[in-house]
Amino acid sequence: MKKYAYFPGCSLEKMALSYHVSTMETTSRLGVELQELEDWNCCGATAYFHIDELLAYTLSARNLALAEKENLDLVAPCAACYKNSYFTNEYLKEDPDLAEHINFALEEDNLKFSGNISVHHLIEIFVNDIGFEEIKSKVTNPLEGLKVAAYYGCQILRPKKEHLTVEEPVFFEELMKSIGATPIDFAERLRCCSAALIITNRHAALSMVRNILHNAISSGADIIATACPMCQVNLECYQKQVNQEFGTDYSIPVLYFTQLVGLALGISPKQLRIGSELVSTTPALSFAKRGSPNP
Amino acid sequence: MADELTFSDEIANLLHASHGNPLNTCIQCGTCSGTCPSAPFMKHSPRRIIAMINADMKEDVVNSNTYWFCASCFHCTVRCPREIDIAELMYALKRYSMWNQQYQEDLIGPTFSETFVKTIFGSGRSYEPVLATSYLFSFGVPEFIQEAQTATTLMLKGRLPVLPARIKGLKNFRRMLGRIIPIGGLE
Ligand code: SF4
Ligand code: SF4
Repeated sequence: MKKYAYFPGCSLEKMALSYHVSTMETTSRLGVELQELEDWNCCGATAYFHIDELLAYTLSARNLALAEKENLDLVAPCAACYKNSYFTNEYLKEDPDLAEHINFALEEDNLKFSGNISVHHLIEIFVNDIGFEEIKSKVTNPLEGLKVAAYYGCQILRPKKEHLTVEEPVFFEELMKSIGATPIDFAERLRCCSAALIITNRHAALSMVRNILHNAISSGADIIATACPMCQVNLECYQKQVNQEFGTDYSIPVLYFTQLVGLALGISPKQLRIGSELVSTTPALSFAKRGSPNP
Repeated sequence: MADELTFSDEIANLLHASHGNPLNTCIQCGTCSGTCPSAPFMKHSPRRIIAMINADMKEDVVNSNTYWFCASCFHCTVRCPREIDIAELMYALKRYSMWNQQYQEDLIGPTFSETFVKTIFGSGRSYEPVLATSYLFSFGVPEFIQEAQTATTLMLKGRLPVLPARIKGLKNFRRMLGRIIPIGGLE
């Protein structure tokens, strides 16, 4: 069984608890062990970079060093945690001066960054490690007929990394196919959910959310699938505000990909914490529910 | 006079660690502005702000709201034909304006960033209800009520924490950050 150091990040403790729970339920059934990183800290999101870059690197370096101590590669389910951990790892590896500076700080915590592990986003574990064939073979409840807008957002793909295409990715759609769902063609799939602008620049943010919702709905999606807690919250919890701001009447559920994979594996909606959304998933999932009734 | 640091030099220095090309290699093609989801709301588009920096228009740049409308989506960066890291530039401009305490008063971004950073200094984790205070009071009444309604619904759905999380090794954690910058000013 492949084992990873799992860095859930702040949102998964509460706001995105359903992401955490469904991650644990699905990975354990698919033969991957996620061992939560002992005493991890916040990755700094984007705000830390507004104040000081070195501090932001130090935050991520501490988590990397904690994973190194366990001799495990790091996995993050949140796009921002992943991006910060991934690039801190890369930058510290290529710049020994920077690593030395950061290691001086890590000494206070009896930790050391050596650069001998790799960093992955959770969805990469499903796509590359477990693989579509393995997932297909474990599906007992294919989500046939469910039209999914597979929404990538920003920081899983960007900034550019050697191993990922930034313009024409297909892995999210392929993953949805492997559980029997139908990914729809959806132009806004790589656009930004507005991230922290939902707090700081409300009107601009709601308009960005509106564009994505509009595009997903008019492309025929029953549901949006995300791989990031920030995307989920912005696209789902602010639909009411979008409707008030723009006089629209959007109502489309937004679930984590792990919840959809979980349903296909025959896990009950309750065990995947489906039901904690503000937009009901019942209409979208009612025909795909066979065997696992939606509460 | 030739030795005096120009504004564009200052910004270039802030970008010393960035992996992008220098700003003066910009060909003003506008790909960044065309890509940017936030451009319609910015006082100056990303392309324009780069031209303004290259022209040393310091006052206009520090009085612009452009970088506080940047969502760090990196879409501009991956598309720039000159491989300029525009998203990193926006971070650098945010830092420049925070450090110089010079930004438009009606912006929430600077207060939000500062509150966020203080929260992490204090606990090692972020905590949504504390962050809320940095922006809730800047809202008008209808927005405030909307926000409170969303928060209440989330709370009832078990999606908002009641108590802030803390890491265990907090003492070492703070000493660690203290080795990078003196944290007195931010506490
Ligand atoms: S995309 Fe690059 S080259 Fe084109 S205007 Fe923007 S920064 Fe300049
Ligand atoms: S990173 Fe910022 S400037 Fe660049 S496209 Fe995204 S929002 Fe616009």
